[in-house]
Amino acid sequence: MDPTSVRAVPVRHYGRWAGAAVLVVIAVLFFRALLDSPNLEPATIGQYLFKDYVLHGVGVTLLLTAVAMVLGTAGAVVLAVLRLSANPVLRGGAWAFIWFFRGTPLLVQIIFWGFLGALFPRITLSVPFVGTLFDQPTSVVVSGTTAAILALSLNEMAYAAEIVRGGILSVDRGQTEAAHALGMSPALTMRRIVLPQAMRVIIPPMGNETITMLKSTALVSVIAGHDLMTVVQGVYGNNYKVIPLLVVAALWYLALVSVLSVAQFFVERRFGRGFAAPRGGLR
Amino acid sequence: MSEPKGGAVSEPKGGAVNVPKGGAVSVPMVSAEGVRKRYGGHEVLCGVDLRIAPGEVCCLLGPSGSGKSTFLRCVNHLETVDGGSLRVDGALVGYVQRGDRLFELRPREVAARRREIGMVFQRFNLFPHLTALQNITEAPLRVLREPAGEVRERALALLERVGLADKAAAFPAQLSGGQQQRVAIARALAMRPKLMLFDEPTSALDPELVGDVLEVMRGLAADGMTMLVVTHEMGFAREVADTVAFLDGGRVVESGSPDEVLVNPRHERTRAFLSKVL
Repeated sequence: MDPTSVRAVPVRHYGRWAGAAVLVVIAVLFFRALLDSPNLEPATIGQYLFKDYVLHGVGVTLLLTAVAMVLGTAGAVVLAVLRLSANPVLRGGAWAFIWFFRGTPLLVQIIFWGFLGALFPRITLSVPFVGTLFDQPTSVVVSGTTAAILALSLNEMAYAAEIVRGGILSVDRGQTEAAHALGMSPALTMRRIVLPQAMRVIIPPMGNETITMLKSTALVSVIAGHDLMTVVQGVYGNNYKVIPLLVVAALWYLALVSVLSVAQFFVERRFGRGFAAPRGGLR
Repeated sequence: MSEPKGGAVSEPKGGAVNVPKGGAVSVPMVSAEGVRKRYGGHEVLCGVDLRIAPGEVCCLLGPSGSGKSTFLRCVNHLETVDGGSLRVDGALVGYVQRGDRLFELRPREVAARRREIGMVFQRFNLFPHLTALQNITEAPLRVLREPAGEVRERALALLERVGLADKAAAFPAQLSGGQQQRVAIARALAMRPKLMLFDEPTSALDPELVGDVLEVMRGLAADGMTMLVVTHEMGFAREVADTVAFLDGGRVVESGSPDEVLVNPRHERTRAFLSKVL
């Protein structure tokens, strides 16, 4: 036998080859059926894909996602810290909030906020001895977009709070002790030492949350949220071209999710500093 | 913590007055009287008495579970004391006395006291998301709010002092254990502490890396830093310590000069321990 290079007959993976062949056949059949269908209407898809009101819907979807994630994450940090509080009332309150908003369907919450006026017809703020500071019909204060943002961010808070709490708990206790020993206050320790390290654990699931959120915004079409899905529904409600318009929406969601995935890669790399040994690093 | 038991704490008049070095009365840097600490039903410290003068180096020796580390952690209030009195530079640790009542310090006040006490941990506990330089500058910048340029210069000088001038930009994960521990010492020194606590600083190191860390500590001692060191390094204790205290079962069994305790121990338990480790 040649000592420098091994020549051997590789193992024949007949099972794998058969599986791959079946997959290719299924794929070909599916795409042929798709393209042969007269109802897909690629021309219609192209016609609506960049229509100004579709683009506006995409904008609203992005805005809803961004605002709900920012508010949701900020609230989540507060909730997570409350959940870890030494005070049982604060801890219990945070637990109850999470229990409620995780325990009811998002669709129910969206409709609830959309129909808030049915529960409280007016929103009034009055201070004893001062008088009424604020009094407006609920439908004026909580518009469709406001209701959508309320529903999405409150729901997100509940989920993200548990992710943030897990991240905080993942940071070694020695880090907090070292920070305290340096004279850092509990708040400063949390902000400068614990949270930046927790981010490494928090970011991957939060990327997931953002992607889920982007698609969950489609649910606000039930309260006329003006997002991409609402727009698309409005169009096919008029012209009955349901499938082409759903494809338009799907293409946009796919494109946006792809962009988010790339962004997530860079954010993860930023917060992984000091953990994964950089190129040329020791150990 | 519940209320301090046994009324062990009493404040002598003027006890908290800081007397400058060379004054007629010298306030001990650390003064422990009957310090008790309990975890659940288990008493870890059952009346520790210890005095450390300014500029003194004191090594705490003893078998594992004897309470050395717990006592050290009590000194900067990482653990609360259950009984007795523990003072650093004349001030009660974790409490303030008004009249004849004790009040727990607020977290901010505890933090303020800790600024003056440096601590070095067995597991280094460097901040992994910050470079060596940032580890050192973080507290002076954020806690003392000192000007960035000045802090940076001091941090670089400290890195030089611990022999790591070329590692300023390295993250902890890129440093060996011995290098990490030396950065940790520099980090504590950057706060200009009046007391340094060392909790088994070389126990987590490979044997060949221990020497560099001890060398830095020797230099600190020579500069007159007050140091309380929990260690198993008998050579270091004998050579550098002014006093050695041997702890067993949550009590100081005997203390004195290294010669007295390490060479001619009076107590049977000290002898038994030394025969095992030497």
